[in-house]
Amino acid sequence: MTPTLTIEALAGDPKRRRKERRVRTLFASAGMVSIAVSILIMVALIGEAWAFISQVELASLFTFGWFPRRGFYDIPTLIVATTLIAGIGMIVAVPLGLGTASYLAEYASPRARRWLKPTIELLAGVPSVVLGFWALTFISPEFVQRLFSAAPPFTMMAAGLGVGVLITPLVATVSEDAMRAVPIDLRLASYGLGANRSVTVRKVVVPAALSGIVASLILALSRAIGETMIVFMAAGAVGGALRTANPLEPGQTMTAAIAALATGSDQVAGEGLAFQSLFFVGLLLFLITLVLNSVSNRFVRKYRERY
Amino acid sequence: MANNIQTAHRATAVPMKLNEAGSIAVSGPKRVTGGTPDDSNRVILELDAVDVFYGDFHAVDSVTIPIREKEITALIGPSGCGKSSVLRSINRMNDLIDTARVEGSIRYHGVDLYGPTVDPVEVRRRIGMVFQKPNPFPKSIYENVSFGPKIAKYGGNMDDLVEESLRRAALWDEVKDKLEQSAYALSGGQQQRLCIARAIATSPDVVLMDEPASSLDPIATLRIEELMFDLKQQYTIVIVTHNMQQAARVSDRTAFFSVDVSGGQRTGHLVEFSKTTELFTNPRESQTEDYITGRFG
Amino acid sequence: MTAATKRREEETKRQVERAIGRSGIDWTSVWFSGALVVLLLTTLSILLVLIADILMKAWPTFQERGITFVTDGLSLNPATAGVFTAIVGSVMIATIVAVISFPIGIAAAVWLEEYAPNNRFTQFVDTTVRNLAGVPSIVYGLLGLAIFVPLVRALGLGGSSDGKNVLAAGITMAVLVLPIVVITAAEAVRAVPYSIREAGFGVGATQWEVIRSHVVPSALPGILTGTVLTLARAIGETAPLLVIGVATGYFAPAGDATLADQITGPYTALPVVVFSWSRQTQAEFANTLAPAAIIVLLAVLFILNGAAIWLRNRTEKKW
Ligand SMILES: Nc1ncnc2c1ncn2[C@@H]1O[C@H](COP(=O)(O)OP(=O)(O)OP(=O)(O)O)[C@@H](O)[C@H]1O
Ligand SMILES: [Mg+2]
Repeated sequence: MTPTLTIEALAGDPKRRRKERRVRTLFASAGMVSIAVSILIMVALIGEAWAFISQVELASLFTFGWFPRRGFYDIPTLIVATTLIAGIGMIVAVPLGLGTASYLAEYASPRARRWLKPTIELLAGVPSVVLGFWALTFISPEFVQRLFSAAPPFTMMAAGLGVGVLITPLVATVSEDAMRAVPIDLRLASYGLGANRSVTVRKVVVPAALSGIVASLILALSRAIGETMIVFMAAGAVGGALRTANPLEPGQTMTAAIAALATGSDQVAGEGLAFQSLFFVGLLLFLITLVLNSVSNRFVRKYRERY
Repeated sequence: MANNIQTAHRATAVPMKLNEAGSIAVSGPKRVTGGTPDDSNRVILELDAVDVFYGDFHAVDSVTIPIREKEITALIGPSGCGKSSVLRSINRMNDLIDTARVEGSIRYHGVDLYGPTVDPVEVRRRIGMVFQKPNPFPKSIYENVSFGPKIAKYGGNMDDLVEESLRRAALWDEVKDKLEQSAYALSGGQQQRLCIARAIATSPDVVLMDEPASSLDPIATLRIEELMFDLKQQYTIVIVTHNMQQAARVSDRTAFFSVDVSGGQRTGHLVEFSKTTELFTNPRESQTEDYITGRFG
Repeated sequence: MTAATKRREEETKRQVERAIGRSGIDWTSVWFSGALVVLLLTTLSILLVLIADILMKAWPTFQERGITFVTDGLSLNPATAGVFTAIVGSVMIATIVAVISFPIGIAAAVWLEEYAPNNRFTQFVDTTVRNLAGVPSIVYGLLGLAIFVPLVRALGLGGSSDGKNVLAAGITMAVLVLPIVVITAAEAVRAVPYSIREAGFGVGATQWEVIRSHVVPSALPGILTGTVLTLARAIGETAPLLVIGVATGYFAPAGDATLADQITGPYTALPVVVFSWSRQTQAEFANTLAPAAIIVLLAVLFILNGAAIWLRNRTEKKW
């Protein structure tokens, strides 16, 4: 114990303070990497996309189909197929995911929940290439072609159903989290007024968890739009596709178009602008999913703030 | 252990008489009461017109308290009057809160703790802190005590220092055989004494305690109080408490805070600061009297 | 008591009984709960059918080939083709991913949670990370194609693959999973109670000492869980690899190649063989070998997931 204290004694060890500053800088630069990656993505996409859009004949962006190696870049073909497949996926995933989430959050006993939840997470962990294979070898012959005998082996329907299986656990887990975040008091209040469980779930829990549920659906939609392998493997049309909204025909989404072009012969080849067109489609895809994710994040923040 | 305390009492010849505030019943085998503080004790910490802000919120207004060496100074007052804020500004724990800002000056041995060259880490090594809820590290008992000295590059024998600190915190006999066990296996009262041992292991000369006994049962509380009395031989202690009996029992001087509700802001301020015996028996301010007799708060 | 009072009491009792007794069946409630059960069972049965179907298709391969399916490399002959080359590729990619993304991701998470001031810029970084996590994996493939493949080539590490090797793949995948590492690690760091930090600062520790000695050790099980799941994600991804030129056909088996050749030469990975075999013209590849490769892939992922769950359960001791 020093009887008198000088200001120097409280200045601290300069070596320690230097080290502290260095560590802080190091960590901060790691934090900046995410910004750098975003910039890189933008640079990578925008450069080639610009090269594409400035050289392509605008008329070839609206023709009858997507055949980049032959110079036909009908963007609507890709948009229609993407919308169709994501739509089919959502038709599957919304009821299955929300039903599963409601059951897990409100009905399942803690014991049942303990093994049901990991099982759903297991399904979420199945890689998309596996679901692509399954969509092609099971969903298509055993389901689509049985229901519609005229359907070919590669259909947007089979791909859409596969995408539905992919995003169901996503809807289920995110919505379940939102429902479980609803305070127990709200439920007790409902029961206290004489409501039964079904009424409580439908009239109290779901409305209270709505922003989280909406977030899960938008997130799932974004994932469906961004999914590549299932569509690439099960929807066919690897060489190119005609513009069609018939789910029982082959089709090509934005993602599959990129994959098909890049995988063609281990080499992005073809008529002049094919390579650049990849990046143009990639940029479109990036922007669409960015908007969806931002909206979804906003909804998530909303329910986080509420409770 | 019990011996220890008695010797300590004898050594300092603390008068065991009850003052008027003693009408407040104290349970337990021993009654500790505030000492008769000696005005010749050196002032080592001077809070001079200290204001605390959180963002735009003016939490504490112009607090001036001299804190004397080897005394126990108690801060009391209704909830939200800024006791913790003042306490945390003394060892610059407020720096950790983004929005917090301290104005005025706090001088420690005459040195302004908020001076531009002062390193808060250095301040906290000299002014230790014990928190409201026991917060041991999720590590062994030994590591809890040795962490502070280790980072301060303590050169002596660590085992001895750990033992010494645990002894001073009146915990040694209870844990000497399980130093390697997790601190989480101890009872709440033991954990709090461990936190005290941890705080004194860095040999600070001031120890700040923010309601150190509020989460403990009466018996554990009494042990902490006895311990504070012991620690006073070596350390200067500033304690925040909600419990007036506790302030009356252990402290030498008491600062009574209150809170003004004006203009929508609840700003705390110091009402009265004097020797504990005076404050409890003969308060200068009617507000103080209302509070200690339970007519307020 | 008069008979009239008695009658009135009886009547009241009957009314109350009617009011609180089970009054028939609430059909809406039954339908609703029933529907939920059906939906849940559908979801579960999809998983069941998926696994059963693939197992059945894969069974002959394992029956005939046994472990040699795992120890044999690529081949044009379905009778001798195995997944060894692919496992080597996946392990190399996963290693690079771990080396690059774990330290950067964890450091970024610690910065966000412990150092970053609570201001607009920090919020912007946080939002950026969240948005990156949602970018489709194929876009990362384009990033790799435009930047990382040329980068590897420029560094003279292109080798016989001209930059289309595990280095480019590893960097691309590391960037792809980086936001996930950051998000899960940040969650784990956030879960460490503030009182532990306070205790550290209270005894005069610097911020780095508090982080190193208390925050990170306490958050470690959570961080590890996240990183393991991240590895699983990196091992299962296919699309970006296709874009950055993973070999989807046969290439010389790696048996006689040096490690350097393997790192800079052409490569394949577990999910990629699933894809490429499923489009081979020889029926055996698609019918039995691809499902068998899927089983190997799923086994690897289940092991990783099991490890993650084990780690997560270890977290639930403290505070
Ligand atoms: N981190 C913070 N951010 C914003 N305001 C705060 C913060 N900490 C405390 N305050 C406010 O400052 C005022 C004083 O708080 P403080 O905790 O110092 O009071 P206290 O006297 O210790 O109360 P208690 O007896 O309840 O512990 C209160 O109005 C409180 O709401
Ligand atoms: Mg307080």
